Amino acid sequence: MTTVAVFGDLQPQDLLFLGEAALRTLLISSVAIATGSLAGIVFGWMMAAGNRTVQFAMNALLDIFRSVPLLIQLILFDAFVSIAGFPMPAFWSGTMVLSVYTSALVASVARGGIESVPASLRRASRSLGLSYWQDMRYVVWPVGLRSVFPSWVGVSLSVMKDSALVSVIGYIELLKASQILITRTAETFFILGIAGLFYFALSFPLSRAGQYVERRWQQS
Amino acid sequence: MISVKNVRKSFGDVEVLKGIDLEVNQGEVLSVIGASGSGKSTLLYCINGLEPVQQGVIEVDGMSVHDKKTNLNHLRQKIGMVFQQWNAFPHLTTLENVALAPRKVKTLPKAEAEALAESQLKHVGLGDKMHLYPNALSGGQQQRLAIARALAMEPNYMLFDEATSALDPELVGEVLDTMRLLAEEGMTMIVVTHEMGFSRDVSDRVAFFHKGVIEEIGEPEQVFGQPSSEHLQKFLAKVR
Repeated sequence: MTTVAVFGDLQPQDLLFLGEAALRTLLISSVAIATGSLAGIVFGWMMAAGNRTVQFAMNALLDIFRSVPLLIQLILFDAFVSIAGFPMPAFWSGTMVLSVYTSALVASVARGGIESVPASLRRASRSLGLSYWQDMRYVVWPVGLRSVFPSWVGVSLSVMKDSALVSVIGYIELLKASQILITRTAETFFILGIAGLFYFALSFPLSRAGQYVERRWQQS
Repeated sequence: MISVKNVRKSFGDVEVLKGIDLEVNQGEVLSVIGASGSGKSTLLYCINGLEPVQQGVIEVDGMSVHDKKTNLNHLRQKIGMVFQQWNAFPHLTTLENVALAPRKVKTLPKAEAEALAESQLKHVGLGDKMHLYPNALSGGQQQRLAIARALAMEPNYMLFDEATSALDPELVGEVLDTMRLLAEEGMTMIVVTHEMGFSRDVSDRVAFFHKGVIEEIGEPEQVFGQPSSEHLQKFLAKVR
């Protein structure tokens, strides 16, 4: 016997396999949160500042992405690009769907942030000669961000966990890797426990960083 | 000079200003009195272009406020405005509140903008509060901060929209004193107010608004001493 059995059929390199999968979870969720947040801020601004037609169109569009389960979106999109003749690696189709889904969630948060800034405060800043974009950049952004930052952290944490669904289109992230190991070793409890710890290790720093930033702001 | 010619302004179906004519000269203090909803505040919002008008012309130093060619962001630098709500930027210190517009609008270097802010804060008596955040200030202090913030743009005109109405009674005095100081320094001011004593003491002229028109305008002795319009007589009887 060349390898040491740590726990039944589970071998040391299997932990490495899980660790790599956790990094893939981190990668796909970071990309989705980053691009989804950028797009979501633009969408949120369109909903807060656009005319009625723009607001109606954005609401309808984002409602679709918010309401249709992510799992279905992933399968449909992946199948669609294959049928349409542009098959892409699971990472890319997964990232695209997850980014759009994130942007739909962030859009509501961003709109809430913009609307949380009192109209009188914005009139005051415009009365000083600040342009629309200067008002946005130096008043609405910092004031609105402080009021919705906790919601944004919440969205990010849930997207990180929802990224597990990308496994259905074949991307080997943390959950998929766990399933593969479970199928081979039948150590369901132990492996899911480790996967849970990995998810915790990914989420905890973000949630703590969020709390730290909030506390910094509260002191001011 | 601020000149207002035959200005009409509606919110939806409600006409708030029904043909206003008014001239305010350099160095003059005009106070505007009248019941709530008579259009006093709306006129101020129109003067610095925060609200469009339906008819008429408003000119500030010869520039037409509502002309599409006018750069409003540029024009507003000449016109400081203080609102009923204090509107301090909550995420900035007192000093940063005042320095923001000089830095970003006038693009002054940071040190220069802060020196300007410091001198304006001392001017309104907040020299010892420069590094506090607005939530550590009283309402009266926040309103003086708003005055300093407007002054830091070195405006030719100051518009006050019921600057003391939202304050606790014991804090009204310090804000009125600051406004009085500006008037003594020769600032051109339009002051919408319910403080009749202040209006009488400080104004060169007083305008009485009634239902969207200027029903009476003149020197304070005349407006308060011998009001000729019946509405003004009734109004003064009520507020005294």
